[in-house]
Amino acid sequence: MEDLGEIVGEFLMESHENLDQIDRDLVSLEQEPDSRDLISRIFRAIHTIKGTSGFLAFSRLEKLAHAGESLLSRLRDGVQPVTPETITVLLVTIDGVRALLSSIEENNTEEGIDIDSTIERIHAQMNAPSDPAAAPAPAAAPAAEAAPAAEAEAEAPVQLDETPKRAAPEPIAEQRQPLGQILVEAGAAQPADVSSALQQQIEGDERKLGTILLEEGKTQPAAVSEALQAQTPKRSIADSAIRVDVDLLDTLLNMVGELVLARNQLVRGVMEIGDATLVRSAQRLGMITSELQEGIMKTRMQPIEHIWSKLPRVVRDLSNSLGKQVELVMQGKETELDRSLLEAVKDPLTHLVRNAVDHGIEDPERRTASGKSPVGTLTLRAYHEGGHVAVEVADDGAGLNVERIAQKAVENGLLRPEQIPNMDKRDIMAMVFQPGFSTAAKVTNVSGRGVGMDVVKTNIENIGGAVSVDSTPGEGTVWRLTIPLTLAIIQALTVDCGDQRYVVPQVAVLELVFIDGTATKIEYASGAPVYRLRGKLLPLVRLDRALGFEVGGDQGVYIMVLQADGRRFGLVVDRVLNTEEVVVKALNTRLKDIGLYAGATILGDGKVGLILDVSSLARRSHLAVDSERENVVEKRTAGGGGTERLLVTAVGERRVAIPLDTVTRLEEFPRDRIEHAGSREVVQYRGQILPLVRLSHLLGAYGEELEGDTVSVVVYSEGGKSVALVVDRIVDIAENSTTARRDAEEDGLVGTAVIQQRVTELLDVRRAILAADPNFYSDSMDEMLVEA
Amino acid sequence: MASRQFATFEVAGQLFGVEVHTVQEVLSYNEYTPVPLAPPAVGGLFNLRGQVIAAVDLRVQLGLARQALQGPVMNVILRGDGEPVSLLVDKIGEVVDLDDETFEPPPDTLSGPTRELVVGTFKLDGRLMLALDVNQAVDTYRATT
Repeated sequence: MEDLGEIVGEFLMESHENLDQIDRDLVSLEQEPDSRDLISRIFRAIHTIKGTSGFLAFSRLEKLAHAGESLLSRLRDGVQPVTPETITVLLVTIDGVRALLSSIEENNTEEGIDIDSTIERIHAQMNAPSDPAAAPAPAAAPAAEAAPAAEAEAEAPVQLDETPKRAAPEPIAEQRQPLGQILVEAGAAQPADVSSALQQQIEGDERKLGTILLEEGKTQPAAVSEALQAQTPKRSIADSAIRVDVDLLDTLLNMVGELVLARNQLVRGVMEIGDATLVRSAQRLGMITSELQEGIMKTRMQPIEHIWSKLPRVVRDLSNSLGKQVELVMQGKETELDRSLLEAVKDPLTHLVRNAVDHGIEDPERRTASGKSPVGTLTLRAYHEGGHVAVEVADDGAGLNVERIAQKAVENGLLRPEQIPNMDKRDIMAMVFQPGFSTAAKVTNVSGRGVGMDVVKTNIENIGGAVSVDSTPGEGTVWRLTIPLTLAIIQALTVDCGDQRYVVPQVAVLELVFIDGTATKIEYASGAPVYRLRGKLLPLVRLDRALGFEVGGDQGVYIMVLQADGRRFGLVVDRVLNTEEVVVKALNTRLKDIGLYAGATILGDGKVGLILDVSSLARRSHLAVDSERENVVEKRTAGGGGTERLLVTAVGERRVAIPLDTVTRLEEFPRDRIEHAGSREVVQYRGQILPLVRLSHLLGAYGEELEGDTVSVVVYSEGGKSVALVVDRIVDIAENSTTARRDAEEDGLVGTAVIQQRVTELLDVRRAILAADPNFYSDSMDEMLVEA
Repeated sequence: MASRQFATFEVAGQLFGVEVHTVQEVLSYNEYTPVPLAPPAVGGLFNLRGQVIAAVDLRVQLGLARQALQGPVMNVILRGDGEPVSLLVDKIGEVVDLDDETFEPPPDTLSGPTRELVVGTFKLDGRLMLALDVNQAVDTYRATT
C-alpha cells in the first residue's frame, strides 16, 4: 500500500477537475432543466467520487457524495423536477465535497468538516415534492448503483484479460466506465437484467456482458456498440497526454531564455566574421531556437477558459443573492495565456466580475424603469492584440458616476477641486484604482469596502500588465486588462540615458516624440518641463534627473509618452534604440527596495540592463494628475467586437492606418542594413531574412525619400514567416470610430476614415504583405528566403 | 584539532578571509552595470552565465573610496541566502587551512566600519587575516559612517 499517497493525490486532482465540471454543468442544468445528458454527466462524476472515496475509506466523503447521488438519481429518473432550489442544494453539496477534499489534502483527515447539515438539506429536498411516482423509483435507483459495483469486479478479467487482476482499482483516469452502467444510464437495458447477467458471469459464464444481454434479447445491438464507443475515448486521452510538473516547465523556460541570449550573441559574432557556412548554421540555430522557444511557451499556455470556468457559478450565486438577473456571455475563451499569468489574473478577474454584478448591473426594477431588459448582460471577452492579451469585463449597467468619483476623490484628498474641470473623464474614472477608494453608498459583503480595485491594479501591474476602465452613463462599464503573453519574456524598448542603457516595458509606451528643438520643443511652466502633445500639455520627467545623473540638454532627445496609474507623462531620454524581447530576471531583493526598477535583463551585448518601473517613476517624480487627455471618446457597442485599434503611420504626406492586431512589432533598422536579394529589399532580422516593402512605393506616394540613418518598419509575422512594411514615421495608436468611412478607390487600400480629425487611409494588409512576399500565405517555404 | 578552510583575498593591502563553503566561485569580470540610487556599497550588476548578480564593493563597506570599475575586477561570489552575491576585492589569495588555535577575537584597537564586519583574527605566518562576517559584508543597507 506504499503508493496509497499517490493514489490519493491522483484522486484529489481528478476530483477537483470533476467538481469544476460539475459546477459548470449544474449552472447549465438550471438553464435547461430537461437535459438528461447533463444530469447523467453530473451523476457519473459524483458516482466516481463516491466509489473511489469508498475504496480509499473516506467515509464522510462517501456519505455526502452518496446523498448527493441519491438526489441526482431522482432528478435523472424524473421523480422530481429540477428546480433552482435543488440546484442550490446540489451546489452546496459540491462545496461540501470540495471542503472535504481540501481537508484531506491539507490535513490528511476529513474530520472537522460539517456534512450533516448538508445531508439534511438534501433529504429535505428529496422529501419536499409530493410526487406520487416517488414510490417505485427509489427501488430502481439502488439497483442501478449496485450493478456497476458488482460489475467492476466481474468484468475486469473478461475485458482486461491482458492485465493481471488486482484488488485496487486502476487510477481513475484509466478506469473505464462499466458497460452495464452505460447501458442502464442510456435507458437501453434494465438494471435487473444487467444484475442477472453479471450474476451469470460471476457464476462462470465466459461470455462478455454485452453478449449475454444481446443473446438474451435484453438490449439492442446498436445500443451495445454505442456503449462500447463511449467506453473507449477515455483511455485514448489518458494515453496521449501526460501530466508534467510545472517547476520542470519553469526550468525549461529559463534554459530556453538562456539559449535565446546565447543565440543572439553567437549570431552577432558570426555576422561579424561573415563566413557564409557559419552564417547559415547560425541562422539554422536561430530558427531552431525560436521554434524551441515557441514550443516551450506553448506547453505553458492554457486557454483562459480555465479561470473563466468558475465564473458562471460566481455570477449565479451572487446575482441570486442580490436579486438580480444576469446573463454571462463569454467570448474568446480559447484565448491562451501563460499558466503563471492565468493564476495571477484569476483573482483580479473574479473581483471585477463580482464588482460588475454587485455595482455595475442594476436590479431588474431599475433596469425596466430605464427602458432596458430586466436581465443584465455581463460580457467577458479575451483576444490577442499586438503582443498582448486583452481581457475585458463589460456590463450593460448604469455606468460609473463620474461626478461622484470626482467628489469622492476630492474628499479623500486625492484631487484638488480646481483640477476637476480640466480632467478627462477617463482620468477621473481611473481614480477608482487608488487605494481605499470606494463610491459605494453602502458596504456589502461583496464589494464596496474600498479594497479590491487597487489590489486588482497592483496584481495586474506586478505581472507587467495594465488596467483601464471606460464607462458610458446608462450604457455600462468596460474594465480592460492588458496582459503580456508570458511572464518571463516581455516586449521592451531599450533607451539610452547618459552612457547607460535602460529597458522600458512596451506595454506602458503610448508613443515616441523626437525633440529637435525647433518644430518640437520642451517648454517650462515655472520650471516644470512640459511638452505640447497635440495641443495638450504633457508633464515631463527627465530620466537623467530621476536617476540622479547630470541633467542633459533639451535638444536632440526623445520623449516617450508613457501611461501608468492612469496618468500620462513623458519620459525624456537621450536616445531610443529599438524594441526587443527581453528575458526578465529577478533583481537582487536588496535592490528591489529602491523601487525604481522592475527587474533586470541581459542585453544583446551580454551586459545587464535595468528594467524601469514606469509607475514608480511617475510616483517618484511627484506627478500631479496630468491634463493630457484624449478627446476621442471611444464608443463600444454591446456584444460587438469593440472598436478596432489602429496604428497610424505617416507615408509621405499621407496618413496610413494598419490594424494593430495584425502588427507583431515595430522596429527601426539602420538604413545601411538594407540589402538586396533579386529585385527585392531585405534585411537580416533575428536570424531570418526579412523581406521589406515600402508603403510609399506600394501606394504610389512617391515623394522625397526621407533622410535619416534608420527606417521605421512595421513587422508582421504569421506561421514563422515575417515581412516588414516600411513607413516614414509611426504617428500614433488610435481607436477607430467607424464614422465617416469611405470605401477605397485606390489599390492597396481598403478605405479611408477620419481618425483624430484627420483623413486617414486604411491599408489593405494582405495585399501589402503579398507585395513583400508573394508566397507568404502558401505553405511551401519561400525559396528565396532559404537560399539567400 | 579542529581546523577550518578559508578563502582569502586582499582589500587595500589587508588580508581578509571567508569560510570556503560560503564561496560559490571566484572570477574576474570587467563590465558592471551601475544601479543609480542604490546604496553606495552596490558596485553594480553583472551577468554570470545568464544570472544577474549584484556586486558589493567591499572597499565602500570598509569605509574606503569606491572601486574604480574600469578594467577587470576580482569577484568573490558568495552563495548567499538563496541568491548569490558578489564581493568586489582587489586580489585573490590562497585557500588556507587554519587551526582554531590561531584564532583570536578582533583586537580592541580595531574600530570603525571594519570592526562590524570582522568576527576575528587569524595569525598566519608573517601576517594577519581578518575573518569576515559574510552577512554583514554583503549588507548594503548597513549604516556606513
